[in-house]
This record gives sequence, structure tokens and C-alpha cells, in this order.
Amino acid sequence: MSSSSSLVAMKKVVHQLRFEASINRVKVSQAAADLQQFCIQNATQDPLLTGVSSSTNPFRPQKVCSFL
Amino acid sequence: MCDQTFMAATFGPCDNCSKASPLMNIYIKTEAINYCSFCMEMMACQGLQKGETLVSLKRESDTLKKKLEEERAKLNDVELHQVAEKVEVLGALPIKTRRVLKGHGNKVLCMDWCKDKRRLVSSSQDGKVIVWDAFTLNKEHGVTMPCTWVMACAYAPSGCAVACGGLDNKCSVIPLSLDRNENLAAKKKSVAMHTNYVSGCTFTNSDNQLLTSSGDGSCALWDVESGQLLQSFHGHTADVLSLDLAPSETGNTFVSGGCDKKANVWDMRSGQNIQSFESHDSDINCVKYYPSGDAFASASDDATCRFFDLRADREVAVYQKDSIIFGATTVDFSLSGRLLFAGYNDYTINVWDVLKGTRASCLFGHENRISRVRVSPDGTALCSAAWDNTLRIWA
Repeated sequence: MSSSSSLVAMKKVVHQLRFEASINRVKVSQAAADLQQFCIQNATQDPLLTGVSSSTNPFRPQKVCSFL
Repeated sequence: MCDQTFMAATFGPCDNCSKASPLMNIYIKTEAINYCSFCMEMMACQGLQKGETLVSLKRESDTLKKKLEEERAKLNDVELHQVAEKVEVLGALPIKTRRVLKGHGNKVLCMDWCKDKRRLVSSSQDGKVIVWDAFTLNKEHGVTMPCTWVMACAYAPSGCAVACGGLDNKCSVIPLSLDRNENLAAKKKSVAMHTNYVSGCTFTNSDNQLLTSSGDGSCALWDVESGQLLQSFHGHTADVLSLDLAPSETGNTFVSGGCDKKANVWDMRSGQNIQSFESHDSDINCVKYYPSGDAFASASDDATCRFFDLRADREVAVYQKDSIIFGATTVDFSLSGRLLFAGYNDYTINVWDVLKGTRASCLFGHENRISRVRVSPDGTALCSAAWDNTLRIWA
């Protein structure tokens, strides 16, 4: 019957909301500080950020040798 | 059929109170129930109580939703870009097109890098799936799928197989062989079966498990060997357009985004929806985890990309500009997570500074919509696939 199926659906929604309401949350300031820390720690190893020289990056064109 | 009730009169012991009296024989959902008239009335009253429960459940769900919003708002003590004020501003980024991969006959819809950092697989609207060597521009393998619009493709972690799927409602795994003359299409194995198009697929940490997202609103985890469904994930109320696996080795969560404007985080083992984020104004086209696994970004048709933190359980940044009015279709982070590459329907790729929330650069070159951007596994290059039939490598 339509009332019992919407009842079941409603129960699921409430169940899910109860679950979501119970999780532990941290403050945005804490989370943001951690994200920033991760970025700065790994910044030196990020080739797209720092740029690598042609010799180590296989995609960059090699310096052209010209005959004198 | 099951909802109809038939009434007939007989005499005998009641099912409920066992007293002999005239019985009303009714069928509730094909089950025969013979109650006396008194017990019938009791049952009808209990039915009324059920109606009340529905109303009280609705009330509870409304209060819970409000409580959730309050809890989330309480923790919003500062914005991400405020925390990042002391971080150095990014210099000019020397990123340019280094390779153009031509060979597809129609729109390139998806691509994925191999873990060896040089091979990649791409799939297109004409049904062709091509494996390229990005250094030499060689096409190593080519497979023609029997359907058009191959919207999803993924490279296996071992590099020995690729998975692809699309309008055929299936996701198939194709083992790659070193023998060029071998017909790869013959060895194709259908693994995932959905009831609508497959929008995204990815291997989990091994070659033997495949995670797929589909237009039927569900995501599913499959065993490649047997084709068996290991776990299904229901919760989206519209097409699921994208999914991404959490980066850690032990991690067993993934995030999915869809046309219901929601991004959901799931536990792979239990199938439970752990967290849900709803702040976009339109379909979410792509979701991607931050390299640390504590956050993810999403790209949407509302022309914004948003950054959600999982531990704070809320959106922490919005990447938008008044001059950007076309929908964003794809996002990916650089290796450190400082840069967010986002492809848009106005044929450009915007590079956002994740911490400060500003645009660091804009990459031009494609002549049609960008369908996918992916940073290579070692972070040295970015590959973009577009509807202009080409892929570009930027470094």
C-alpha cells in the first residue's frame, strides 16, 4: 500500500539523517590549517607548481643544438 | 493487484483472538487473513496510528535537517582563504601545450593515465578506445567498442588492462597484450551491468575490482574475474555522473556526484552513505579527492568548482568568477594539492589556487568543450581531452 512504502522511505531518510548528525566534526580553522600544511609540505615535490628544467621533464622540449 | 482487498463471509475461529465468530476473509498483499469483525476494527485503528507515525517521522526529519545545518554552521569559524593569507602568492605558471594527440575521429569523452606515467587510455564518441604512449605519440592499442559514446575509461593499476563503458549500460575490461596483431576486441569481458549508461569507472587498488557509476542513480563494486556484484550504493535521486576513489592505500571510501546536485561519500565495504554535501546549484559533473584524502573538489554546471572538507563536513571554498559563465565539466588537483585544474564548456582550463581561492592561470588551446583533465601520476604533466577530437599534454 502506498502509505507503507512511503513510511519505509521516510524511515530510511530519518535513519540516514540520524547517522549523519552523529558524526564527529572538526572546526574549519583546524581543517583549513591541515590542508594548508599538506600543500606547503608537498609544494617542493610538485613539478607543475615549481616547474622543472627541460632535462628532467620528458615532456618539455630539449634545448636545440645548432651546428656552428 | 497486491493492494486490493476482497471481502467474503465465513464462520470459524479468528486468526487473532481464536474465538469462533463470523469471519471477514481479506487478502492483504496476497496473504489471506481471517479476522472476526472486532479484530478487524482493531487492525484498522492501528493503521491509523501508522498514519500518525508518518507525520511524526516527517517532523523528526525536518528537525534533524535543521540540527545538521546548525552543527555545520557552528564550526564555520573562519574561511579557508583567510587562513591562507600568510601563504606566498603563486608566481606565473610556465604551463604550455607540449603534445597534441590526434587520432580520434570524434569527441574524446574520457581519458586516464597509466601508473607508468607515460601511457594513457582515451575513449571517444565514435566507440574507439585508444592506448597512447604520451612521450612518443605512438598509438599502442586501438579497440572499437560496439556502442557509441564510450563515456568512461580507466587504466588498471598493473597496466595490463583497461576498462571502458558507456551507452551500452555495461563496463567491460579489455586485457592488453604485447602482440599488436591480436584482436583485443575479442578478449573483451563484460563485467558491470547497469540499467542505464555507465558514466564513470575506476579500478580499486587491484586489477580485480571495478567501481562504476551509472545514469540509473547507483554506483556498484564488481569482481572482475566472476563479474559478480560485490556491493551496490543507493542514495542518489538522479543520474550519477562521476566518482573518485580515496587516495590512501588502506582507504575504502569513495565520493560520487550527480544530477541531484549532491556529492555523497560512501563506505565501500558496507555500502553506507557516510556523508552528503548539497551546495551546488546544478548538476555535479565531476568529483576528485584532494591528495591527502581529507577533502574533495567538485565541478558543476553552475559554473563553479567547490572544495569540501570531509572532517569539517562542509564546503570550505568556492572557485568562481563573474566572467566564467559556462559549466565546469572536470577537475583535478596537482600533486601537492595547491593547484586545481578545471575544464569548462567555454573551451578553456582554469587553474585555481586552492588555498587562496583565486585564479592562477588560464590555459587556452582546445577548440571545443573540455571533457576531462587528469594530472599524470608523478605530477609532471596534465592531460586534457576535449570535444575537438584531440588530447593535449601540458607541462
